[in-house]
Amino acid sequence: MSNDSLDPRVNRLKLGDAGEVVKVEEGENWNIYEVFHQEKRGAHHEHVGCVHAPDPQLALVFAKEQFARRKRCVNLWVVKSADILAFDVEDEDMFANNLEKTYRDASGFKVMEKINKFKQSK
Amino acid sequence: MMNNAALTDLIIKMADDELIQGHRNSEWTGLGPVMEEDIAFSSMAQDKIGHAWALYRMLHEDLGGADPDSFAFLRPEKDFKSSHLVEMPNGEYDFSLMRHFLFDQAETIRYESLQDSSFEPLRLLSNKVKGELKYHTLHANAWIMQLSRAGEESYSRMQQALNDTIALAAGLFEPSPVYEDALIAEKVYPGETALYHRWLDRIYPVLVKASLNLPEAGAIVPVYGGRQGIHTPYLQPLLKEMSEVFNLDTEARW
Repeated sequence: MSNDSLDPRVNRLKLGDAGEVVKVEEGENWNIYEVFHQEKRGAHHEHVGCVHAPDPQLALVFAKEQFARRKRCVNLWVVKSADILAFDVEDEDMFANNLEKTYRDASGFKVMEKINKFKQSK
Repeated sequence: MMNNAALTDLIIKMADDELIQGHRNSEWTGLGPVMEEDIAFSSMAQDKIGHAWALYRMLHEDLGGADPDSFAFLRPEKDFKSSHLVEMPNGEYDFSLMRHFLFDQAETIRYESLQDSSFEPLRLLSNKVKGELKYHTLHANAWIMQLSRAGEESYSRMQQALNDTIALAAGLFEPSPVYEDALIAEKVYPGETALYHRWLDRIYPVLVKASLNLPEAGAIVPVYGGRQGIHTPYLQPLLKEMSEVFNLDTEARW
């Protein structure tokens, strides 16, 4: 399914290739794939939503009509949602700004006062 | 000077196939097996109607034909040149998918051959639809492959669908008894027989990968008639439904 790519981190679909068949057993759900949309060459791929599909190839096939039908698009990525690692929702507090640490923000340095003082001293 | 009658005949066949196939595929809208597929299939049905429109416009603008809407919606059944393949009712999804696969591969072969056409409007159109058809055949191939290898029931249904459609699909390449030689001589396109063999060469490897058995080429008896205005009983009701709104007021401005 992949071929020699300009960006070796990304697998690219060969249109003629069948790909591996993914067997979905009775009672099992299809996988969910996250879809990333690239508006022009060199631009970031932006997350636009997800599709249900049995395998990555069909995920890409579905994503094309689902997310690239109207908006300008030059490429898409699909990533199996299960391959994404995220923090636990409970751990959101890790991101909370500690008010005691404003000295860490560059904006926290109060230098104007000193600069003005210096200028006046001239 | 081009043979306009021959060109007109060829373009009507292509356009009517696109229109009827597009209409049939659009009948799946809202009924597709999963939402994602419903959207993809409906979108491709719209593409087909778009191709039909482009071809009807070509008849109108380049060959002095009637305006596209009245040509598409007001002609009697016997004046249609659609193939029997596209007229068939949708049946179940296996049938519709197999027809989609065989039809779109044939369409791709046809437009590829038009890249070298001596008739410029067809050459331009073939470039325009190239990307769309690439997607249509990718979609068709992916499904044929998946469903043919997804277990016994699925496999036997796909094989049955192939058995049911192959002779009908071969009928897409019904040569014109009157115009064929002129179109080939004037290098409009390479002719139906050449396209038929290219098509067999194109579908064969996909079917092999899917482990589906294609009958011996000699054993396929193409279903002809559509190009001569002889149709299945399914076309008339389709035309009636398709043109129902248009016929309420044929002069209405939209």
